[in-house]
Amino acid sequence: MKIAVLIKQVPGSDSTLPLNGDGSWIDDGLVTFVMNESDNYALEEGLQIREKIGDGEVVVVSMGPERVLRVIREGLAKGADRGIYLEESGQSETDPLSIAKSFASVLKDESFDLILTGLQSDDTGMGQTGVLLGELLGMSTATLGIETNIVSGAIRIKRELESGWFQWVKLPLPASVSIQSGINQPRYPSLKGIMGAKKKDIKVVSGSDHRTETKRQSLDRLFIPKADKQTEMIEGDADTVVARLVEILRSDLRVI
Amino acid sequence: MDILVVLEDNRGKVHRMSREAIAGAHKLAAVMDLSVGALAIGENADTLAKEVEKTKIKEILVIKNDLLASYNADGYAETLKQVIQQESPRFIIVGHTYQTRDYFPRVSAKLDIPFIPDITGFQYIGEDLVFNKPVFNAKLAADLKGKTDQVLISFQSAAYSEDEIEPGMSTIREISVDLDRSLVRSESEQPFQEEAGEIDLESADIIVSVGRGIEKKENLPIAFDLAKVLGGEIASSRPVVDSGWLPLFRQIGSSGQSVSPKLYFSLGISGAIQHVVGMKGSKSIIAVNKDPDAPIFEIADYAIVGDVLEIIPKLTDVLQTEKDK
Repeated sequence: MKIAVLIKQVPGSDSTLPLNGDGSWIDDGLVTFVMNESDNYALEEGLQIREKIGDGEVVVVSMGPERVLRVIREGLAKGADRGIYLEESGQSETDPLSIAKSFASVLKDESFDLILTGLQSDDTGMGQTGVLLGELLGMSTATLGIETNIVSGAIRIKRELESGWFQWVKLPLPASVSIQSGINQPRYPSLKGIMGAKKKDIKVVSGSDHRTETKRQSLDRLFIPKADKQTEMIEGDADTVVARLVEILRSDLRVI
Repeated sequence: MDILVVLEDNRGKVHRMSREAIAGAHKLAAVMDLSVGALAIGENADTLAKEVEKTKIKEILVIKNDLLASYNADGYAETLKQVIQQESPRFIIVGHTYQTRDYFPRVSAKLDIPFIPDITGFQYIGEDLVFNKPVFNAKLAADLKGKTDQVLISFQSAAYSEDEIEPGMSTIREISVDLDRSLVRSESEQPFQEEAGEIDLESADIIVSVGRGIEKKENLPIAFDLAKVLGGEIASSRPVVDSGWLPLFRQIGSSGQSVSPKLYFSLGISGAIQHVVGMKGSKSIIAVNKDPDAPIFEIADYAIVGDVLEIIPKLTDVLQTEKDK
């Protein structure tokens, strides 16, 4: 079983997000970066599948400026066998189709049985790269996996639907599956893993060898959303607050 | 038709977010002077078409096919691709549901046109039609622009209200697509619920929702008592469900239910984006939280910085006394 896991490096949830000079993106230099949360779960799922089968390969794949080598090494330290790094210089690509085409051009000759991705990224949150890539490579696809089982030549996926509903779907391999956060308990890298990662291979693909010039959508501007609600702050001790709440429930909202 | 709205089958009814998508399509149609059509797929296609017949939709296309009886990504993606090729709409609009996320990217890759997802609004900047999308967990927003003549758009829950749907009368037209049996590679089992959720949160007028601020399971009666005196239902944020204090069918947010009650009474919920997308369409929001910087206050109509455990029992007492009078 040959498994690729796509991981993205994104700003940590506690990081500041200052805009750059022309407001077209954030100022990367002032941001602390981490591995995207659901990608971390996807990586763990890939490692567990390999361990359960007892053979195979997990390859971590990422695209971005040089700093993303850090999440590739983190993946290797956790147990991935090798890495593929798609170099990007200048502004990071935000068009999901362009991104997926880059990945497709690099991964098509690898003939992966399974591609795992996180559900969506905590930066642009487009939530489609894994499915786009699956379609471009002629794979079957599923999203929002919260449990997986490998059966002969296929993968069974428990998908989360809305409103507390679930559904099992069986896809023939090769398949591209997106993983929901919470599916497993992601491991931490061991000291041995960190040392061992240094010897593992990372294939570097230069920008000119994967970039496409066919942008299908563009992200032109970032801005701080303005609150569109007038909020009444209710202050005071508990009795004052309760009295005002009763008044609101009776007169404003008419629910009592 | 210029705009095609794809209706989602939510167990025999038009998905709430599909109706919101019709409202959004009407807005876009009004601004650009365009016509709106709709598409219903699957074994319930006729019922879905009938449900939205009396709206300002020129034509509702209906597709019935053995391979499309119930949802599957392979069949639905190929079907939508063929419909777009036949009808040439400029905008293909849906609600940003879990099903949309599952197959719309497939259509995007098949036709080489962009899928611009999770949109909260649009406007013209100069000559350009620009779509707004929350990014970085809604701490920032982005302007997105399609680069092709056709674009796939999904609207975020509550971006538009179904009350804004314009009335009218449409015609229904059955069309067919060319699907080969080998196309559908996946085998889907019947959807199921792990816990029987007999509670219909979506139709509740009043929802009392509990977050981490309730501190422990033993404090839950505080919320239940308030819900009882208000005649409301109990819901929660994800951490409360993950802790096992309440069952999953009570969960509001991107991985739970989306609701828009008359009153959403939020108790000790911080307001992470994953929760907020499921409830920000509520008509009124009262939020109680200890943390004055809790993001929930930004979308609340009434904000109380205080301790749920102190304020709510008192409120329930007063309401109960009033009721008993």
